[in-house]
Amino acid sequence: MSRRLFIGVFDNEEDLLRAVRASRERGHAVVDVHTPYAVHGLDDAMGLPPSRLPWMVFGIGLAAAVLKVWFEYWTTAVDWPVNVGGKPFNSLPAFVPVTFEVMVLFAGLTAVFGFFAICRLFPGKRAALPVAGVTDDRFAVILEQADSTFDARAMEQLFRSLHAVRIEEQITEETR
Amino acid sequence: MADAVVLHPPLIQGDKRLADVTRDVCAPMDRRPGALWWSAFLASAALASVGIASIAYQVKTGVGVWGLNRTVGWAFDITNFVFWIGIGHAGTLISAILFLFRQRWRTSVNRAAEAMTLFAVVCAGIFPVIHTGRPWFALWMIPYPNTRGPLWVNFRSPLVWDFFAISTYFTISAVFWYIGLLPDLATLRDRSTGMRRKLAAFFSLGWNGSHRAWQRYEVVYLMLAGLGTPLVISVHTIVSWDFATSVLPGWHATIFPPYFVAGAIFSGLAMVLTLMLIARKVMHLEEYINERHIDAMCKLVITTSAIVGLAYLTEIFTAFYSGNRYEQFAFLNRTMGPMRWAYWTMVSCNVLVPQLLWFRKVRRALPLLFVISLFINVGMWFERFVIIVTSLHRDFIPANWSSYTPTLIEVATMAGMFGIFFSLFLLFCRFLPVIAVAEVKGVLRVGSRGAAAGGQS
Repeated sequence: MSRRLFIGVFDNEEDLLRAVRASRERGHAVVDVHTPYAVHGLDDAMGLPPSRLPWMVFGIGLAAAVLKVWFEYWTTAVDWPVNVGGKPFNSLPAFVPVTFEVMVLFAGLTAVFGFFAICRLFPGKRAALPVAGVTDDRFAVILEQADSTFDARAMEQLFRSLHAVRIEEQITEETR
Repeated sequence: MADAVVLHPPLIQGDKRLADVTRDVCAPMDRRPGALWWSAFLASAALASVGIASIAYQVKTGVGVWGLNRTVGWAFDITNFVFWIGIGHAGTLISAILFLFRQRWRTSVNRAAEAMTLFAVVCAGIFPVIHTGRPWFALWMIPYPNTRGPLWVNFRSPLVWDFFAISTYFTISAVFWYIGLLPDLATLRDRSTGMRRKLAAFFSLGWNGSHRAWQRYEVVYLMLAGLGTPLVISVHTIVSWDFATSVLPGWHATIFPPYFVAGAIFSGLAMVLTLMLIARKVMHLEEYINERHIDAMCKLVITTSAIVGLAYLTEIFTAFYSGNRYEQFAFLNRTMGPMRWAYWTMVSCNVLVPQLLWFRKVRRALPLLFVISLFINVGMWFERFVIIVTSLHRDFIPANWSSYTPTLIEVATMAGMFGIFFSLFLLFCRFLPVIAVAEVKGVLRVGSRGAAAGGQS
């Protein structure tokens, strides 16, 4: 399905934030915003819900810790108990360091690979840049011209008044 | 509002615009390396080959080529291991802990500090592996169902804790570094050509600066910082438990975990200072790593030096207050025994020399700072040497007493690790952005007149 996109390019974050807020006030869906660094306040301006990644990380970290305690208990006290200096087979306090490390390892890797999966980032992927320079010094707002209520000329005027350095219209085949 | 009061000098000097940051940081990668880089790299690579050759020799021959004896069973190997792990910790401190404390000056130094962490952990990890004497059996530290029973690893052993701690620390440091590098690799991809573009395109994973990705990126970064902070504390705590779980006087101390963690951060900060003072000069990044950053690092160095100094005093106090004659003797022997020169080198370098940093003039005299940072590096190496060798060489029974002198192989291995570390660091400076471009862009106007007035850049 083809989509008609309206892209405004800015050269600083204040103008970008104003443009995003103004677009949403006019009822236009913001497809995405591309910036060279993480602009704080954009989540609110775009109306993005908070990420659920922390819950995933918490769940897997906890599961890893529980499984590790069980594994240490099972190997040391059940499967092959070895008497080391008369220490109890089920020495729970001694299991704490390894359990903690395994929890951190799994939680950290879940965060990273979960992030790659959710954002569909993988080695060798072709970067879809809306306009050149968004990884250097340009800020781009992408709106969708979804229906006839989208007045491209009015939006262009609005963006120009917010110091847009370039306005572009693109027709894309891909579904974002 | 044009004349609003500026409370702090700007973080980045020189009225930079966004594109200037990209250009300045990528500049060293665009030009051919100079004579200075080549001479430093060749010297480090030569030293690294000496280290690799000596490792090959001792693996082939056996660890009998070390100067160890029945009394002093740990010396250079574990000293170097603890030293390098410690060096690594400041990278995590600057990246994760300062990130959580919202210290925005960290952005100029965190990338290099994280790289330093990785390379230091590589150097550290080599020592326990060769220390086992049969490195080809290193996989036995992994708990896997094997043909020997299955005989599982002993989870009550501090050396197994070490294995988990170091491998986790290396993995998490590596992904933390890589995640931070991702936006910069995309920047690099979009401004370069040829082979470098292809490599950057492969490793930047298709990053396009989309805010939906940035939002999750920030969450992941925060979580890795939140996980990395207790991790770094746990790693050196576990390293200290290698000693503290024994019964040897001078090792059997409950102060070891905080003492080791503080020492690790102290030594790492000194190494960051050493590296940054060289990098800013050689790569012309004086406006990005300026007096404000160096001043902040010096204040952290003096703080951690004070903690380490307090730990030295506490150790001595505890030994004498305990009423345990073996413990008392261990400390008398450290301060006045045959190895006293090592103890007093440690105290002079770690406690006395850093006191100079109280003076603002010293914090601004960069050549002097460089020398101070080297002194601290030496002092912290001796701290580990003192803990290990002075406790071991005279234990409970005088009939056991002996001394220790390193062999040429041990010295060559130690020097070789410095070679490996500096070779890797120089390659990093040459091929990757040494400053976190995307993060610096975010703090570009902090403290600048434009930001104070709330106006445009």
